[in-house]
Amino acid sequence: MKPLVLEVESLTKHFPLGGGMFRKVKNVVQAVSDVSFTVAAGETLAIVGESGCGKSTTGRAIMRLLEPTAGSVKLDGEEITEMSPGKLQAARRNMQMVFQDPFGSLNPRMTVRETLMEPILLHGVASGERAQKWVTDLLKTVGLSEHHADRYPHEFSGGQRQRICIARALSTRPRLIVCDEPVSALDVSVQAQIVNLLQDLQQKLGLAYVFISHDLSVVRHIADRVAVMYLGRIVEQAPAEQLFADPRHPYTRALISAAPRPVPGLRTAVEAAEGDAPSALNPPSGCAFHPRCPLATAECSQARPELRQVGDGGALVACHHADEPAPVVLETAPPASATLSARLGVLAAARAAAAETAKA
Amino acid sequence: MSPDSQATDAPLLEVKDLQIEFKTEGGVFRAVDGVSFSLKRGATLGVVGESGCGKSVTSLGIMGLIPTPPGRYAGGEVLFEGRNLLTMSARERRALRGGRMGMIFQEPMTSLNPVYTIGDQIIESLRAHGERNRKAARDRAIELLDLVRLPSPSKRVDDFPHQLSGGQRQRVMIALALANDPELLIADEPTTALDVTIQAQILDLMRDLSDRTGAAIMLITHDLGVVAETCDEVVVMYAGKVVERASARDLFEAPMHPYTLGLMAAVPRLDEKGSRLETIPGSVPPPWAMPKGCRFASRCPLATQQCRMEQPPLRQIGDDRLVACWRAPIEEIAA
Repeated sequence: MKPLVLEVESLTKHFPLGGGMFRKVKNVVQAVSDVSFTVAAGETLAIVGESGCGKSTTGRAIMRLLEPTAGSVKLDGEEITEMSPGKLQAARRNMQMVFQDPFGSLNPRMTVRETLMEPILLHGVASGERAQKWVTDLLKTVGLSEHHADRYPHEFSGGQRQRICIARALSTRPRLIVCDEPVSALDVSVQAQIVNLLQDLQQKLGLAYVFISHDLSVVRHIADRVAVMYLGRIVEQAPAEQLFADPRHPYTRALISAAPRPVPGLRTAVEAAEGDAPSALNPPSGCAFHPRCPLATAECSQARPELRQVGDGGALVACHHADEPAPVVLETAPPASATLSARLGVLAAARAAAAETAKA
Repeated sequence: MSPDSQATDAPLLEVKDLQIEFKTEGGVFRAVDGVSFSLKRGATLGVVGESGCGKSVTSLGIMGLIPTPPGRYAGGEVLFEGRNLLTMSARERRALRGGRMGMIFQEPMTSLNPVYTIGDQIIESLRAHGERNRKAARDRAIELLDLVRLPSPSKRVDDFPHQLSGGQRQRVMIALALANDPELLIADEPTTALDVTIQAQILDLMRDLSDRTGAAIMLITHDLGVVAETCDEVVVMYAGKVVERASARDLFEAPMHPYTLGLMAAVPRLDEKGSRLETIPGSVPPPWAMPKGCRFASRCPLATQQCRMEQPPLRQIGDDRLVACWRAPIEEIAA
């Protein structure tokens, strides 16, 4: 068992609405309630869910970019939530973040070198010559070259900018990286490059990832374990393999079956969720999913199901009906046609040959 | 899709060699360069490609919505039922737009007017296209909202856009596009801003409506999954050009262009963990530095001298496949 890098317990973040100096707090947005999970070194935990489910708030509360309302976050056994500002800054060296928008998350007035240098100097990772060398190494690590260092963000494409963001996150040699939708703004061919890069880095450096995403196929590809969030709570948490093979929560099933797949004639929507997600301002009574759930009974609208162990595969599910037999969600796609495989083979061979000549 | 789609063989929409240029500080560049395709009545055509490939400019160009300047139609024809949209008067075009041609945009938040109720916006469209009676227009608006399955339409008709969720706003956009029984619906990334469960609802709705009304749909998207689920025919664009055209089934079963192949291999799969994702190395050439030959040549492992020097024409291979690649079909290249 690898050592746990991150332990999150009963993390809660509520945003008061209204209020102000002399006014009463009118209402509370329950963005994240009672979220618990752990991430080990070299492991990827994905948090999936739709907009407003609290997945980004969770990521930010872990980093204490948002002050959690309650709960505990431990990084390498050290409690983050009660640290003084000075200690927190030092601890941030070990946890970094990569954001969704590579256009908005780089300072347009700083060159790549300055962007990477700032955390290196701030955290005392290196100085002088060695810091310069580290910048060069970082650029190489993320697939850029040394001559990129003195350019400005606007000179780069979206994929390259995301590489710079990853290099910045790596600059302090962190143990944990929280990736908040790191590939959502990228085109599919570039997305694949960044996903591969993240996986390579993890293997090389033993990084722990919290991978926040709404895209199930990317999650399927990158995650070891998956936590599905709905309206601020985790409704299902399981090893990735199992979650996709045998999803126990009706919301997980709805999500999986709604994802469009690049196979014509394969319609999977067996249990489509109806209507829209309710507001976190005023979550429904009982199970928050019950107004949209095809299995909902009277019990669901009264008692909120606790997250509990279901089956023996390590799945945690918050559903009163989690033990009931469920329809198969993922119709297996037919294998790639012979022609397609042959053509991909030709391309791969040509690429390998080109790489050989480039080396020679 | 609709039973009478075979009744007339003439395509509803025919785009021939469409060329659209933009004038920028860095010079003139061609965002759409010789795009041709046709769309039959009742069929669904997908236009796929990555950002900057010219798919949205093509759709705006068809509707005559390119701001000129900086844009310019540099050539080609857009025939709607045989009439060239690019040479008709602005007035005639306006009569078609919102009437027999409807459009759905990506951003349901910004494409509705925030200071009018959704009912008023639908009524305005109905009245602009000939409905005289205000009461009848309002009834029709409610009927349309019901058609797109907006809950309690007779109440919601008086809502303002901000009172609706993203999915509901996109439903209203669809109702608006359908208001005058269009024969052609152009949908530019209609579900990109929506959550996946809502996306499934909207795609279902569009499929259902096209079956019922017989409208042809041109769907612009970057998502191969959406194409596979909704389209009969597919056009793949790269850097302002069509690189491949095929039926959806053929395209997914046996893509021909190395770019299409690369795209398919880069998509992570939902049903299996799979090994490393395939990538397409490099990036799209910038519009001011378009290569002379095939625009994909710099990223293509099969590129030859011919590929770098000469632009490949869109040519027919087999019975009904069109591909712009000198080297297709590539399995014939013996290693």
